[in-house]
Amino acid sequence: MPTSRTPRPPDHLPLEGHVQAIVDTGFVPVRAKLLEVAAFLDRVERYGVATDFRCDALREAAKILVDGGPERARRILEKLSDPTTEPEATSSGKAALGAWQPFVK
Amino acid sequence: MRYIEPHGHMVSRTTDDYQAMVAAGCAAVCEPAFWAGFDRGSADGFRDYFRQLTVYEPARAAKFLLPHFCWLCLNPKEAEDLTLAADVLEMIPEFLEKPNVLGIGEIGLNRNTRNELKVLERHVELAVKHNQLILVHTPHLEDKKKGTRLIVDVLRAHRGVSPGRVIVDHVEEHTIQSVLDEGFWAGITLYPDSKSSPPRAVDMLEICGRDRIWLNSACDWGVSDPLAVPKTAFEMRRRGYSAEFVDEVLYRNPVRFLSQSPKFVLGESSVG
Repeated sequence: MPTSRTPRPPDHLPLEGHVQAIVDTGFVPVRAKLLEVAAFLDRVERYGVATDFRCDALREAAKILVDGGPERARRILEKLSDPTTEPEATSSGKAALGAWQPFVK
Repeated sequence: MRYIEPHGHMVSRTTDDYQAMVAAGCAAVCEPAFWAGFDRGSADGFRDYFRQLTVYEPARAAKFLLPHFCWLCLNPKEAEDLTLAADVLEMIPEFLEKPNVLGIGEIGLNRNTRNELKVLERHVELAVKHNQLILVHTPHLEDKKKGTRLIVDVLRAHRGVSPGRVIVDHVEEHTIQSVLDEGFWAGITLYPDSKSSPPRAVDMLEICGRDRIWLNSACDWGVSDPLAVPKTAFEMRRRGYSAEFVDEVLYRNPVRFLSQSPKFVLGESSVG
C-alpha cells in the first residue's frame, strides 16, 4: 500500500460524456447557498455587527471564490484556520468559533 | 446496498434511527467514546458510560439485528482535568477484553491545549501497550489544521504506533492529504453544517483516491444525520460511479481497517 500520494486531478471521471450533469444537478443548490452568504452579510450590516471578526474572516475568505486559483475549498479552510503551531497554554472554551481570532485564547 | 457506519454515537440516537439505518443497508455500527454534552463529575461516570457502550448498547442494537462495536477513551473535551484523565485511563484496561471493544478512541485534541496533548500521549501509550487500534478525533473548524499537525506529530513520535492501524477522523480538504501521506487512514465525516457534505466528500475521493479512506456520519446528540453515509452513496451514483465503487468505499474500506481487530467479525463480511 502506498504511503505517499500527491493530490492530482483524477485521470478518469465516471460522467465522461455527461459532464453537464454536474452543473445541471449542482447549480441550483449552490446558487441558494451563495444567496445565503449574501443575505447574511447584508443582515449583519443591518444589525450593526458586521465588524465581528468572523464576518471579517468571511469577507476575506469569499475573495478566494473568484480569484481564479485552484483548490478553493482547501484554501478557504486554511484562510479560516489558526496559523500558529504551538499548543495553547489553556483552553478558551469547549467550542471553536469558525474563524481564527488572534490573541483571543 | 450495504455499508458500515464506522463512527456513530448511538447512545444519543433513537430506535427509529436504528431502524432507518438497517433499512438503508447498514451492516455494523461502531461507537467511539464521546463527550456527553457536559463534563462528567468523576471516573465513576465514565465507568457507567463504558458499561453502556460494552453491555447495554450492543444489546439494544442487536434488537435491530445490527452488530455494535465500540472504542474507549476519555474524550479530548474532558482532557483539561488531568487527575480525572489519569483515573479514567487507569480504568480503561478493565474493559478492553469486552467482545465489542475495537480499540482506543476517539482520542485527539479539541482546543489544542497542552493538557489535551498530555492526555493524547497517554492514550497512545495505552493503545500501544495493549496492541489496540486507534481512532483519532481532529479538532473543529479553525482549530483543525493546527490540531491535525500536532496529533500527527504525537503519533509519529511514538515508535510503537503503526500508521496503518490508526484512523485520523474528521479530515477535510486542508488536512486529508497530510494524513494519507503519513500512512494513516483518513475518515471523512458528513455533517449538515460543519465538516464535510456528501458532494465535498466525493470530491475528496476523486482528488485523493479511495484507498485508506472511510466515510461516517458521526451522528450524536447535536446537528447530525445518521443516514449521511447512504445519502453519500446516492451522490456517488448520481455522478456515475458504479455500485462496486460505492461498496468499496462504504463497506469494504471500513471492513479492511476494522478487521485488524480480531473482534470485528461480521457474519457475511467479505473484503474479497
